[in-house]
Order: sequence, then C-alpha cells, then structure tokens
Amino acid sequence: MIEWLWLAPLFPLLGFLILILAGDKLSGPAVAWVGVGSVGLSAILAALVGTAFLSGDQVPYRLVLGSWMVVGDLSLPFGFYLDALSVTMLFVVTGVGFLIHVYSADFMADDAGYARFFAYMNLFVSAMLVLVLADNLAMLYLGWEGVGLGSYLLIGFWYEDPNNGYAARKVFVMTRVGDTSLALGLFLLFTQLHTLDIQAVLRASSQWQAGTWLPVAASALLLGGAVGKSAQLPLQTWLPDAMAGPTPVSALIHAATMVTAGVYLIARTHTLFTLAPAVQFAVALVGTVTLLIAGCSALVQTDIKRILAYSTISQIGYMFLALGVGAWSAAIFHLLTHAFFKALLFLAAGAVIFCFHHEHDIFRMGGLRKAMPVAFWSFVIGSAALAALPLTSGYYSKHDILLATFDASPGLWAAGCLGALITGIYSFRLVFVVFFGPERPGVERAIGWRMGLPLLVLCGLALLGGLLRIPLDSVFPVAVEAHRGFDAVSGITLAAPVAGLAIAALFYLTGTFSVRRLVSSGWGRGIQNYWFSGWGLDSLYNALLIRPFKAIAGFNKDDVVDAGYTAIAKLSLGLHYLTSASQTGRLRGYAAAMGFGAVLIIAVGLLS
Amino acid sequence: MMLLALVAVLFLGGLAALISERWSPATPRWIALAALALEFVLVLLQYLLTTDQSSAWIADLKRPWIARFGIGFHLAMDGLSLALVMLTVVLGFMAVSCSWTEIKQRPGFFYFNLLMCLAGTVGVFLALDLFLFFFSWEVMIIPMYFLISIWGHEDRTAAAIKFVIFTQVSGLLMLLAIVMLALIYHGDTGVYSFDYFDLLGTRLDADTAFWLMLGFFVAFTVKLPSVPFHTWLPDAHTQAPTGGSVILAGVMLKTGAYGLLRFVIPLFPEAAHQFAPVAMALGAVSVLYAAMMAFAQSDLKRLIAYTSVSHMGFVLLGVFAWNLLALQGAVMTMLAHGISAAALFMIAGALQERLHTREMGNMGGFWTAMPRLSAVALFFAIASLGLPGLGNFLGEFLVLLGAFKVSMALTALAALVMILSPIYALFIIQKAFHGPLRQPYPIADFGYRDMAAMGLLVIASVWLGLHPHLVLSETEPSLQTLQSSAAMESTDEQ
Repeated sequence: MIEWLWLAPLFPLLGFLILILAGDKLSGPAVAWVGVGSVGLSAILAALVGTAFLSGDQVPYRLVLGSWMVVGDLSLPFGFYLDALSVTMLFVVTGVGFLIHVYSADFMADDAGYARFFAYMNLFVSAMLVLVLADNLAMLYLGWEGVGLGSYLLIGFWYEDPNNGYAARKVFVMTRVGDTSLALGLFLLFTQLHTLDIQAVLRASSQWQAGTWLPVAASALLLGGAVGKSAQLPLQTWLPDAMAGPTPVSALIHAATMVTAGVYLIARTHTLFTLAPAVQFAVALVGTVTLLIAGCSALVQTDIKRILAYSTISQIGYMFLALGVGAWSAAIFHLLTHAFFKALLFLAAGAVIFCFHHEHDIFRMGGLRKAMPVAFWSFVIGSAALAALPLTSGYYSKHDILLATFDASPGLWAAGCLGALITGIYSFRLVFVVFFGPERPGVERAIGWRMGLPLLVLCGLALLGGLLRIPLDSVFPVAVEAHRGFDAVSGITLAAPVAGLAIAALFYLTGTFSVRRLVSSGWGRGIQNYWFSGWGLDSLYNALLIRPFKAIAGFNKDDVVDAGYTAIAKLSLGLHYLTSASQTGRLRGYAAAMGFGAVLIIAVGLLS
Repeated sequence: MMLLALVAVLFLGGLAALISERWSPATPRWIALAALALEFVLVLLQYLLTTDQSSAWIADLKRPWIARFGIGFHLAMDGLSLALVMLTVVLGFMAVSCSWTEIKQRPGFFYFNLLMCLAGTVGVFLALDLFLFFFSWEVMIIPMYFLISIWGHEDRTAAAIKFVIFTQVSGLLMLLAIVMLALIYHGDTGVYSFDYFDLLGTRLDADTAFWLMLGFFVAFTVKLPSVPFHTWLPDAHTQAPTGGSVILAGVMLKTGAYGLLRFVIPLFPEAAHQFAPVAMALGAVSVLYAAMMAFAQSDLKRLIAYTSVSHMGFVLLGVFAWNLLALQGAVMTMLAHGISAAALFMIAGALQERLHTREMGNMGGFWTAMPRLSAVALFFAIASLGLPGLGNFLGEFLVLLGAFKVSMALTALAALVMILSPIYALFIIQKAFHGPLRQPYPIADFGYRDMAAMGLLVIASVWLGLHPHLVLSETEPSLQTLQSSAAMESTDEQ
C-alpha cells in the first residue's frame, strides 16, 4: 500500500490542473466534486498508507519516482520519505484539509471565483504534501515555496480590493525573507556535505563537533526559514494580515498546516539543532517571547479572525518552545492537536461571519448562543482545547510541553504558564463576548450540512484528539519521561488556564470588573494600543525598511547610472553647438581665424 | 553544410519576405513563419542525426574566406550553441506571432529585419572564427536598430541611437581586442589566423591578457547587460515594438552571456580568474540594483526591462564562478529567462496594443476583463520571482549553489534578490491585474493564437523547471570542455 504514496500529492495537483484549465466550463457542483474529491482521495490514501505504516514496524520508507536534476555532484531525485513524523503531517494535511474543503464547498458557493478558489486550495494541498513528504531539502524547498504561493493566491483571492492584494504581497515578501535564509542554509549544507538528501545530511553532519560554527550557522539559517513560515518573532507580523483571505483559507493555511511548516522543518532536522545548543536555546527563547507578545496582542483585538490569528502565533510559540527544550514529540503532538482545535475555531468563526452579515467585530456580536448552537458549541469546545482545559486535546499536548520545559528551564516554564493564563483569558473573552450577554439580532441564514458536518467532526477531534497520539519514538530520541506525580509544578500548569477562564468570566460574563476602567488611565490605554498594533513592529519595519527602500527606489527612478551617459551626450551636444557657432559663413572671420592660427602654429614651432 | 543552411535559411527568408510585400502585405509574415519552421526542422534534424558522442562538437564547417588574413568561414555547433539556437528559433516564432497584427506599416521590411537579426544571432552562436563572429555581431545589431527606430513607440529615435552607440562603442573595443590577439598570434607563429581554436592557446603576458580580456568583457557585459552598462536596455525595450523586445530580451542578451562563456574565459583564463571577484561583484550588484530599479518603474515595459538586467546578473555571477554547477545554472538561466522575459514582453505588448498605454497607473482589474491574459501574466510573474518548479528558479538555484562554493559573501548578497523579486513581480500583478477594473469598455482577451504561443512558453518553463535533463545533458559536455580548457579549477576546490 505504501508504494502508492506518490498519489497523495498527485490527486490535488490533478484537481488543480482540471480546475485551472477547465474550471470556467464546469458547473458549480462539478467544481466542488473535483476540488473536494481530489483532497478526499488523498485523505483516503493517506489513511490507508498511514495505517499500513503504523501497523508495521515503522521502518522509514523511501520512494524515488525519478530524477529531478543531476549536475556535477548534485543529484536530486523526486523522492518521498515516510516515517512517523511525515505520517503525522500527512494525516493533518489531508484529514483537516479534506474537512476544510468540504466546508468550503458551502462557504464559497456564492462566489464568482468558485473554481479558482478550489484550484488554488488544491495547489496548496499538493505543495504542502510535497513539503512534508520530501526526502531531500530541495524538494522540501519546492513544497515550501509552493505553499507560499498558495498562501499568496488565496489571501489575495478577493483581488478587487487592493487591501487584500497588499496583505497578500506582504505575506509573500515577509515569508520570503525567511525562505532566503533557508535557501542559504541549503547552500551551506550542500557546500559542506555534497548532498541535500535530508537523512544523508543529518548523518553526515553528526560528524561535526557540537557548538562549532558549521552546525551553528546551518541551524541558525534553517531557523531563519522556520520563523518566517511559522510567523515567529521577528517575522510574525504577516499572519494577522493574512486574515484578509476567505476564512477556510485562514483555517487551512494560516492555522492548521502551512504555518506549522517551520515546526516541521526544525523537527525534521532536529539532530542538526542538537549540535548547536545555542541555536536550540534561541528556538526556545523565540518561542517563549513570541507566545507572550502574541498572547497579549490577542487580548485586545476586536476582529474575531485577528484574535485567532494572534492565538495561532502564540500556540506555534509553544511548539517552538517545545522544540527548543528538546521535547520534540510534544511539539509535534501540539502541532496535531492545534490543527484540530484551531481549524475548528476558524471554521466556527467563519460560520459566525457567514451567518452574521459578514461582521468581524466581536463587540458588534453578542448572545449568539441560541441563534447559532453549532457555532457556539464549536467555539466552547475549541476554546477549551485552545486554553488547554483538562481532558481536551490541547490539554494533553500543552501540559506535556510545559512539564518538559520545567525540566529544562524553570524560567521558561513560568513564562509558558503565564502564556497559558493569557490564553485562557483571550479565548474565553471571545466566547463570552460573542455568545453571551444580550442577544443581538441579525443572524441571516443557517449553515448547511456541508459546513456543519466538518464542525462536528472537528469538535470530536478537538475533544478526543489527545488520544490520537502517534508514537514518534522511531523518529526522535526517546524523551526521558519525567513521570512526575501531582506536585506544585503540574498543579500550577493545570491551574493557569482555569484561572484565565475565571478572569475572562469576571470581566466579560459577570461584569464584576471592567476593562473600560483599566484602560481609562493613560498608560492603560497606551498599552492597549501598543498591544493592539502587535507591539508596534509593523510601524518599526515600515520606518526602518519599507519607507527607506521606497524612498531610495523612487528617488532613483531615473537611474543615477544613466546620468553619467546623459552627461556625455550633453557634453558632445555642447561641443557641437560651440563648433557650429563658429561656422558663421563670414569670410573675414575665417580669414582672421586662419591668420591667427598660422601665427600660433609658427610661434609654437619657433618656441619649441 | 547543415550549419550553413541554418544561417542561410533565415537570411534568404528575410530577402523573400522583403520582396514578397509587393504581392500582399500579409505574405511577409507567412514567409517569416515558413522560414522559421524550416529552421526548426533543420535544428531538430541536426540534433537527431548526431550520434557521435566522442566530442563535445556536434557539427563543424570550415572554409577559407579571406585567406590572406587567415580569416575563415568557420561555423561549429556544440550542445551549448544548439540550446541557444533552439531558443532563438522558438522565440523567433513568438516574435512573429506577436507582430502578426501589431505591424501594419511596411511589413516586408519589418520581417526582413526580424529574420536578419535572427540570422545574425544564429551566426553569433555558431561562429568560431573571431572575425566571422564580429561580423555576425554587427549583422545582429543593425536590423535591430531599424526595428526600434521604424516600428518603435514615441521616443524611438533616441532609444535606437542609444542602443547603437552603446553596442557599437563596446563592439569597437572587442574588434580592437580581436585584431590585437590575431596580431600577437601572428607575431608568435608567423601566420595570420582568426580561428578560435588557433587563438585559444596564444601565449600572452599578464598585462596584455588583462586589457584584451577587458575589451571582450566590456562588449559582452554591455550586451548582457550588467550594471553600469545597462542603461540602454530600459530605453530600447520601452520603445521597441513587441517583436523587437522579444528578440532583444529573449535572445540578444544571451549573446553577451554566450560571449563570456565561449570567449572571455577560455581565451584569457588567468586574466579572467584574477578578474573574477570583480565580475562576480558586478553580477551581484546588477541582480540587486536592477531589482530595486524594477520596483521603482511605472512603465510596464521598463519594469520588465530592469528585471532582465537583474536576471542576467545571475548569469554573470554564474559564469565567473566557473564551476559546473554555476555554469549549468547560467545556461539554464539564459534559456529560462529567454522564455519568461519574452512572455512578459508579449503580455506588455498585448496590453499596449489594447490600451495604447504602458503606464501601470492606468491599468488595474484586468483579471475581470481578461482572465486568460491575466492568468498567463501571473504565471510568468511567478516564474520571474523564482518559484521552484519553473525554469528560472532552477537556473538561479544552480548559479547560487555553484557560486556559494567560490564566494559565500557575494552569493549571500545576490540571494537577497529573493526578497526583492516578489516585490516587483507581484507589484505588476497588483497594478495591472488585481484591484478594481477601470476601463468601462470591453477589452479583448487573448485569442487562440496568443494562447497557443503562451501555452508553448508555459510548457517550456515547466519543462525546464521540472525535467531539465535534456538541456542539462546536452550542454554538459560543452561546458565541461570549456571549463577544463581554462584552468580556473583552483577556485573550484576551495
């Protein structure tokens, strides 16, 4: 069964080709069948391949389809590599991807660009599968850039609004900063090791002395790629803008799959990072800082999708923290559960937006729990999992991460717990504001089964996904499981999100405390604005990079280099005028000039 | 004799097109098409009939021409020239296709110049006698001057003169270098020769070698073009008719790159080796500077012209890195850029034909009005920004990979263009194709002829990007021969 693995990225690719070439001739249902069906076939295949792999002895499987290019000592095959890590990613991408495609069939039904939407979605899924299945870094890069393209196309899907186009370009360019770093990492690894095959690179690099410049430089460059794609500090500011795309896109690309590519990359090359302890610590630090600042920003957003976007940045911060402290399996486990509950939250948010006349501001909503029971329960379950309340899927993964962090660094653990508290506050703030309080009228329509069913399935996964732990011991060094009993550390870890929930309830449910009072003071409002703007990073980049670049480019529009050539042209033109001015046609002038010239020549001849 | 036919078919086709205008203004374009079709068949036959794998050279033709000065009519073809001649023919078709309705004035003379220009280009790619090479170089330039100055746009005269002055002044430097080289050879051996293989081993002292090398180098980097010799290109492109732009960007720039590969480094290996850091730095600066310039433009054709400078910077970087990876990358970039730049110029030309403007400020929202044209434009914008899976990426990836072995710093600098290229490429998409539609009147989308031409280029780009074996294996022997003939290996092994 496993040898059919290559069909997984091929189905969506064929779907893309059919839809892009013939999409305008197909009827709506036919488009949906092609677009959703191709990913469905991939999901079925992934299920078969994955179970076949997991029920076997989990020996990594390699499939080479052909050669991409052979130049000198560079030999790149079209190769796929399947181990427990890629199986996990395969499940996430095709499984969650399929549910989101089903949902989109309804969500996008009235859109004029229905076929174009599914074409781009299929292209994205195909590229994402190439990314997670690639057996060499160049193939991985192919998928890596491919998902970036899919993200660009889908964020700018509603192209008539220039703001969407701006957001799409910002996302592409900012992630390209990371991609450039990744590419340089590839060049360095190839120059040193003469191969780009991931397993061969990892084997060969293990000869390097830990902490020397090579593993440090290589892993730092890969980290640069990872923070770009996974929206971590300092490149995280694109993700909130990515919300300009249709909501299913946010669920698929900017929550469940593409943004976790950086986590996957680091996990995939984890032996390289263990050789560079400084860089690995940087991973943990980046994760911690990111999860805190993004959590704070999520606290003050009013756009339902931007809250979720900041929470995504924050949750990926947890994954980075886990990677940084060497809790590899916990990071991937959180990636899995996060894909479930964040896809659920986005799709539920999409349902709210869909039914509530495309409103995004949570403070214009309220009391929707009766009018929209499915969305309400989806949000309750999703937020519980996001906040990591006990017994939800998010609890298992985040608890693992925090306990592993405590063993590595109590300081980072404390920051992580603070983050968990903040998560509890912002996730239930959203629930209380949107679904409780006085009911606001305005629910225009109900969701159909194609939107409802994926929500139900994802509810189940968000609740019970903690049981779906895929054993990753064959990929990562077996973690020293500190089976701690119930002590203060695990108690605090457990209590932090519950405390967050309680605080949210006091502020937004019972009204015991009021935010208005908090921000009435000058510094309170200042902090609110600062957090709202994502810690001012956008304006910083604007002032430091974008405006100077635009200014220089604009100033030099006519190309300063050309000025030199223009000067030569002007000079010859000037000489031309000068000499032609002497051609007066007056005989006496010529005679005088001749006489003067003759005297001059004779004088020069005599004197020299 | 096949090689002679390759040049003669285009030459005679051009004459026939010129004469045929008497019968009907529609005949010249059919004659041009027929000549190119015949040329295509000949190139294909030449490729298929070659079975001898022992030498890098596929075909060779040598006849005395001006025997008194040792000037021969020496044409030869290896994998490198084969690939470039093929590119010339394919883009020749494209140029005819996009001129089909655009050129209404004096079509006979237009297609005569077009085919002459192509004949000169093919001659440049095949000539192995330096005098013949220079002759072909001139044959290529003069018709292009006419194409720009007669069928160009509003500022065509100034642009055409600028083009000619830049190429002629730099060509003069090359001619001087060629004559000097032949004289030195005469001094050594007592016989005159302009033959490539004779001159290849000429012993030169370091100073002379450097100056002669510089003569060639300047001629070729003006043509390429590289910063700081690039400023003729935006003007020429902006003013040229679409067919002229296609030939100029797609093929003619490649003659500069070809000259660097075929002549500069093999003839003057030591001088070139010493000069390599400067040349690579020029390449890296071109890549970045032109990318920034592209972003600043509001004239669509000017923007695309600057992207050409940026992409050709990679070729300069790759050629002077002089290892197999970088050389293969440079050749791949030449081919892939030929295709993507030609396609982008055809799109810009189609827009100008429909809207009578190149200003992107007057464009917007074309996706709604012209979905097919816009989709093709999106494809080539993405190819241009270097998306993996398409030819441009492959070339630039190999160049950077090879150059990284030689100079990490310059490669890292050039790699920064990966951030700048989406800025300009997506800027085109945003300005012209996204946003609200402004034109209230209907605009014709691409028809079958345009889509056939574009489809061919799309397939070629994907083919180069995903299955480059044919091109790589066909050019590898020639590149290896070139590389081993010039001992710059020392940089390679570091």
